[in-house]
Amino acid sequence: MSGVDVTGVAKSYGATRVLTDITQSFESGTFTSLLGPSGSGKTTLLRIVAGFVAPDEGSVRIAGADVTGVPVYARNIGMVFQSYALFPHMSVAANVGFGLGRRGIRGKAARAQVEEALEMVRLPGFGARHPKQLSGGQQQRVALARAIVIRPDVLLLDEPLSALDRRLRQEMQVELLRIQRESGLTTIFVTHDQEEALTLSDKVAILDRGRIVQMGRPAEVYERPRTKFAAEFLGDANFLTGIVRAGRVEIAGAAIATEDRLPPDGATVTLAVRPEKIAIRPADAAGSGALENSLPATVASVIYTGTALTYMLRSGDLSLKVFAQNSDGSPLAEGSAVVLSWAARHSVSVEG
Amino acid sequence: MTSLARIFLGLVLVFLYLPIVVMAAMGFNASPLYALPFDFSTHWYEELAGNGRLIEAGWNSIWLAVLTAVIATALGTLAALALWRRTFRGRAILRILLLPPIAIPWLITGTAMLVFFFWTGIGRGLHAMLIGHVALAIPYVVLVVGTGLQTLRADLEEAAMSLGSTPIHAFFRVTLPLLMPSIVGAALFAFAVSLDQFVISYFLSVPGMTTLPVEIYSAIRKGFTPEINAISTILLVASMIVILGFARFARPGGIGERS
Repeated sequence: MSGVDVTGVAKSYGATRVLTDITQSFESGTFTSLLGPSGSGKTTLLRIVAGFVAPDEGSVRIAGADVTGVPVYARNIGMVFQSYALFPHMSVAANVGFGLGRRGIRGKAARAQVEEALEMVRLPGFGARHPKQLSGGQQQRVALARAIVIRPDVLLLDEPLSALDRRLRQEMQVELLRIQRESGLTTIFVTHDQEEALTLSDKVAILDRGRIVQMGRPAEVYERPRTKFAAEFLGDANFLTGIVRAGRVEIAGAAIATEDRLPPDGATVTLAVRPEKIAIRPADAAGSGALENSLPATVASVIYTGTALTYMLRSGDLSLKVFAQNSDGSPLAEGSAVVLSWAARHSVSVEG
Repeated sequence: MTSLARIFLGLVLVFLYLPIVVMAAMGFNASPLYALPFDFSTHWYEELAGNGRLIEAGWNSIWLAVLTAVIATALGTLAALALWRRTFRGRAILRILLLPPIAIPWLITGTAMLVFFFWTGIGRGLHAMLIGHVALAIPYVVLVVGTGLQTLRADLEEAAMSLGSTPIHAFFRVTLPLLMPSIVGAALFAFAVSLDQFVISYFLSVPGMTTLPVEIYSAIRKGFTPEINAISTILLVASMIVILGFARFARPGGIGERS
């Protein structure tokens, strides 16, 4: 059974195309992140699922029912807003109970469910307080309790953690994941924070200029990006562009191996290689024969961050970046000749 | 607070209130010529009780101000909601066009209304004064309520709708309660604009059916008695009670501050 199905959805504001032909299933009980830069359409897509925005084309199904023409208030969704949007003139209990009241649940039954929801977000006994008396993280939890207490068909989160400081954000990530697992709600989470998306999600959907360019498990999307944009937006990447020759790619005088299918000889392809997948060693040290690819390079600069090192390198016209563990405490000197090597499966062929 | 600041603040208060205190005191002075020494008497209040014209004008003023407050607040609040919560063509121009009426001299507005009301057959009288006062008060209401709306996040209504509220329910349960201090403030403003109004009332009144400021003005021209002080004092006390009551209810800057 599907949680949410979006089919052929498009949306324009005047001449600006915000979403183009989005077709995507969000499986029941899964946590999906919509990840993209601002202007990629991720918030618009969330608001279309919520019902705040009507799509120009296409349809939205929630829990099997077509809700394209159904207004927000009849959709049974739970939403957490970036600013929490707690009602300042109501107590925490009244905030959390608001949706229950709309569903005809009042009195003792409502109070019990409100308290249960507050316990779930670890704020038991906070019902009588007012939103003003709570910290940012506590307000966030109340907003979450208010959204889940109505047992929505889908939980929509619009960058709910972006207003919190770093430490609190990490704490809330853990909480959010626990609450989602306990409640089993189909969750769609909008974020522009790649780390947040990787940590929290069962599935990550990457949006670029109104299209979902890739969707999959975090590791899948990270390890096998399909486009340059996906490789760059989720993590860091070196892009090596060369000509296909005899099943390999000629780049900077070297023939680079990949396990991906390549176009016929003479075609131009771009390979993405993650900076942490590349091993670096001095040119005069003995090589490890296990890695298929090797490329001579010169260290242009070293960024020292204590636990890790970032090398900026040059190989012919090519600029590369390599992340290395600071394991022996003596980084390679700038200007020294090195050999870079990586496995064929880490050269990922990507679309422009 | 330094003593210098204390003295300064004291002087400001004296400057503001001394004339009013003197005016009120003279209403209790027996002399019709405001002569000293002070001789306490409620004579002018007794006189006032028999002065039908002045009392009727006083009631006219109060009714006009109340009706103006109710009508202007309702219309102005709706206009503010449209101007700050809806998007439509010409919204920016309409917002800007709200401001000039506040700055246009009342003499000009009054002349314009007189001519316009004559021309359209509305004529003069209390009904014309009501229309005039409402028109004067609406820009103030829109500004006060609009400012309140701007401090109110639009996503509160969205949150209510995501929880199952229809737009109307969301408005009455969320927006309206949070906007109440602004609306009450705006109503008070409208009430004050009407109660205070002289020029336009003067232009639009017919003899024998007028408001207190106009009546006082014609009374002064005929000859001054401390009855004027007496009715002014009564109005002053009444309006101060209203203002102080509001200050207690709303707490300045108080959107969402009740806790």
